[in-house]
Amino acid sequence: MNRRAVVLLALLLLALVALPAVANNYVLSVATLILYFAFTGQAWNVMMGFAGQLSLGHSLYVGLGAYASAALFVHYGIGPWAGIWLAMMVCMAIGAAIGFLAFRFGISGVYFALLTIAFAEFTRIGFDHIDWLGGAGGLFLKVAQREQMDLLNFRGPPAMYYYVMLALTGGALAFCSWLLRNRAGYYWQAIRENEEAAQALGINTFRYKMLAVLVSSAMTAVSGVFFAFYYNNLFPEQIFHISRSIEIILGPIIGGIGTLFGPILGAAVLTVLADGITELMGVFGLDIPGIKQVFYGLCLLVVIMFLPNGIWPGLARRLGLDRGEARAAGAHPASSPVDARKDAGRMS
Amino acid sequence: MALLQLKGISKSFRGLRAVADVSLSVEPGHMVALIGPNGAGKTTCFNMIAGVFAPDGGEIVFAGRRIDGLRPDQVGAAGVGRTFQLVKPFSGLSVLENVIVGALHQSRNVAAARSKALSILERLGLAGQHDRPASSLTLPDRKRLEVARALATGPKLLLLDEVMAGLRPTETDQMVSVFRRLNEEHGLTIVLIEHVMRAVMALSREIHVLDHGELIATGSPDEVVRNVAVIQCYLGQGAP
Repeated sequence: MNRRAVVLLALLLLALVALPAVANNYVLSVATLILYFAFTGQAWNVMMGFAGQLSLGHSLYVGLGAYASAALFVHYGIGPWAGIWLAMMVCMAIGAAIGFLAFRFGISGVYFALLTIAFAEFTRIGFDHIDWLGGAGGLFLKVAQREQMDLLNFRGPPAMYYYVMLALTGGALAFCSWLLRNRAGYYWQAIRENEEAAQALGINTFRYKMLAVLVSSAMTAVSGVFFAFYYNNLFPEQIFHISRSIEIILGPIIGGIGTLFGPILGAAVLTVLADGITELMGVFGLDIPGIKQVFYGLCLLVVIMFLPNGIWPGLARRLGLDRGEARAAGAHPASSPVDARKDAGRMS
Repeated sequence: MALLQLKGISKSFRGLRAVADVSLSVEPGHMVALIGPNGAGKTTCFNMIAGVFAPDGGEIVFAGRRIDGLRPDQVGAAGVGRTFQLVKPFSGLSVLENVIVGALHQSRNVAAARSKALSILERLGLAGQHDRPASSLTLPDRKRLEVARALATGPKLLLLDEVMAGLRPTETDQMVSVFRRLNEEHGLTIVLIEHVMRAVMALSREIHVLDHGELIATGSPDEVVRNVAVIQCYLGQGAP
């Protein structure tokens, strides 16, 4: 990583840290949402972008993580900082079960994606009937005293949620870039590119695919915990719904699958534009239900047609940040941390 | 003791006997060729050794240990490196990263793997291309990359599946000298499937000939080219 990239990253971080001082609550809530999608997209990207395993059911882990920590809090008064561990363990266990079923019996590609959808869907339906967790009527957490800061129970003003999400997103970026520079990162990418060749090199592909699922599901569990304590209400119909899974994966797809900065860039672009559209509709007094979904669809269409590798690789190339390493798959394990940070700086 | 022993291995695909009762052994430090007409069962033999599928019958012993029925990664980890006839580069990764993946088998440390990968690329004449995406290489270079990646795992036995195909004669000679040096300096044992006779004759100490899944001849290059059965399997019954 060169010096300029470090400076730019530091500037971006500084700007983000300073944001609550100048922004109103609305801007802060949009920024929090961006960070939430950036973090969750990063988690999904570990499985799909790094290891090439397509999950279309990541709402499962968000939901399980949310319900696990919320149940502890509601029923036993145990705070989220303890609940997060249970949430991660639950999600990793379920992820391991799905991964084992799929990888042990050679289910891959589209069939693997279908399996992930199936698990999310029957969990959604199943949770409707678990009365202990509120069933279809929902599980509610005591709404926060907005003025009082209670970090221990994760209750407080919007700025607190914003800072926690910022720390998580920054941590996820650092963690993922570390993963990519390590053995696991190389092995994952080898599996993504050609599993048979990877296996011939002595890579236990089953083990490394499982590892990707475990890392991804554990990270997504954290998103779930945040979701529970930020929104304070959980409905199986909403949290496990497939549209949530799609929402999670749009950011990385639009930003650039397999890149480190793609999920962050994608989340920012999508959330800002989608909110802009909603605002615009409000200004003109129009109320068109589903306009956001139509917009998501259009975004996806445009990106797939004109930027199949996402916005980020093209942007990096245009800015001359790719150093002659323009790659077809859009994965830049060696260069993307640098590129990502440069771009991060640019965006600030 | 032989490094690799095939003891009467067979494999059928839906009733078609691809390999029938093949037995052969490869001494450590030897370079051995497996030749035969198209469809003779050479690649099937390789796939059985490499663990892609288990033989229907027979045993495969590598370095004193049975490896038939093991998974490809277990066979790879045991010290058998292979290349694929239809090359399988990690297209989205750079040339260097492709080889680093192989080198990480022996050193967990990425920096160490990187320097090992660099020296292997140098040896195979790919030194100037590390940063290029593997997908942008020409076919001969992809074949070299295939070899480099397999070598990076530090195998005891290297299975080469038609790595000379498509190379020009000078490139073939270059590749031949690479293998010869690896064999002489590191005692690397090599089994090659090859149609390019220039390479087969230059490299192999012993040649095994397969036809219709059966081993029809074994011997030194000179013996094999004069073998009547071998000439007939290539040229037909009318040939002398």
